[in-house]
Amino acid sequence: MSIELKHVSYRYSPGTVYEMRALEHIDLSIPDGQFIGIIGHTGSGKSTLIQLLNGLLKPSEGQVLYNGEDIWGEGFSRKKLRGQVGQVFQYPEHQLFEMDVLKDVCFGPKNQGLGQAEAEEQARKALEHVGMPKELFGKSPFELSGGQKKRAAIAGVLAMNPRILILDEPAAGLDPGGRDEILSQIAILHRTRKMAIVLVSHSMEDVARYVERIVVLNEGRVAFDDEPRKVFAHYKELERMGLAAPEITYVMHDLKARGLQVDTGAITIEEAKESILKALKGERR
Amino acid sequence: MGIIRARKLGFDYYRYDENGRIQEASHAVRSVDLDIEAGQFTAVLGRNGSGKSTLAKHMNALLIPTEGVLWVDGMDTCQESELWKIRQKAGMVFQNPDNQIIGTVVEEDVGFGPENMGVPTEDIWKRVDDSLKAVGMTAYRYHSPNKLSGGQKQRVAIAGVMAMRPRCIVLDEPTAMLDPNGRKEVLKALRELNQKEQVTVILITHYMEEVVYADKVFVMDQGELVMQGSPREIFSRVEEMKKCGLDVPQVTMLAHELRKSGLKLPEDILTREELVDALCQLS
Repeated sequence: MSIELKHVSYRYSPGTVYEMRALEHIDLSIPDGQFIGIIGHTGSGKSTLIQLLNGLLKPSEGQVLYNGEDIWGEGFSRKKLRGQVGQVFQYPEHQLFEMDVLKDVCFGPKNQGLGQAEAEEQARKALEHVGMPKELFGKSPFELSGGQKKRAAIAGVLAMNPRILILDEPAAGLDPGGRDEILSQIAILHRTRKMAIVLVSHSMEDVARYVERIVVLNEGRVAFDDEPRKVFAHYKELERMGLAAPEITYVMHDLKARGLQVDTGAITIEEAKESILKALKGERR
Repeated sequence: MGIIRARKLGFDYYRYDENGRIQEASHAVRSVDLDIEAGQFTAVLGRNGSGKSTLAKHMNALLIPTEGVLWVDGMDTCQESELWKIRQKAGMVFQNPDNQIIGTVVEEDVGFGPENMGVPTEDIWKRVDDSLKAVGMTAYRYHSPNKLSGGQKQRVAIAGVMAMRPRCIVLDEPTAMLDPNGRKEVLKALRELNQKEQVTVILITHYMEEVVYADKVFVMDQGELVMQGSPREIFSRVEEMKKCGLDVPQVTMLAHELRKSGLKLPEDILTREELVDALCQLS
């Protein structure tokens, strides 16, 4: 199971005076089970990119392949594809509409042709996996808090048993506690369901902590595509693109400049702590 | 006397059934005493549902307390006759810039507030000039707001509030939807307004890093004001902050972890420079 983008370009309103090039010649492959972060400033093409992944947008040039098959080829079922490649948008409240939470989550599997009982089983499982308390199943989705709405929206997509889950800023607007909860829940889903996760985020700290690979978009092109510590080593270039490295990376660079032999590739608090302790021990010896 | 003062402030949300009887009451804010001094940069922290937005909406009389009193520049928000005056004193900026921009050209949008207040035309243009300059958006005055980035839109929204010449400006998570650059732009504009124009800033946020330079921080939890003090005082209480569903800046967290491992570091490290200096003194 994999998605592959081959020389994909996308233009909004092609052939008119409003034509805007959003993506240019993107080559990208998303293998099974990988946890990928996509970063880029506003307008860098992130949202366009993820909408191409499950056929919500059709590329102006190039091909999008799912397991080697062109998703815009004749006879390819994009409806089925969208069950396999699930997408959670930035505003969960736009994605919820049913009378109660359980019904809302049932909508997807029912749409896939499952019967009531089966759909409900899938829905309950999905809600459990996102950590939704049982007493909220019967509540109207609109009565939930921001964090709970996000969970309900994620469950709605999970219930369709996708192989790839795409999340557009799932933690935006959540408090630090809620943010950690939802991201660690996603990390658990990644491990237990062996799903590939594509996480779009503005928080370098979150990306540094969770993902195994970062794709940096800039002006519609892939600027970097590597493991996090290698990407954040280019922090000066990232700044020029309106991005940054995690605060921790800057601390490590400052320490190194002051003569302390620390690992400048550290991007999380845990890594930084280990490296600083080790460096200080070395000095004392 | 503080520009915003609350005594025993409480606010309940009610849910009614079909017959208009109260079905459920929730206490969003409970017994809050608070003083915000004029000219200060103030931050309010708290997890989702802690009551901070409810509190903020009291500061320009979008909500009226169900218990206690809140004064804006000495005016009791319960006095309906003072409503317009209060809203001119305390302007508000919300999370989503797209929901608060109405003009088709940047300068029109910024002029909407003063025009609504009946300010003479010449004066409106002067205010538009001043406000756009204050947030660094003069170059975009003839642009369409739709084509701006999130950070630019939010700065236009702030200019729109500034054009009403308020004494204080309340911002409810203005950076939640912005990328790192947009966040920096908005924060810089706010700090300049605070320092150059002496506007009182009340910033509600989930980003701990944005609070480091505030004069004073308030922490809300379960509708109550649970902590207040300088950022240094607040962030040195790492465990308490975690209990409130909050965090501390990454640098403070790293210092906290290193101290737990036995390094002799001061407890109130807030910035990168402080941490680097302290560590270099150890070696």
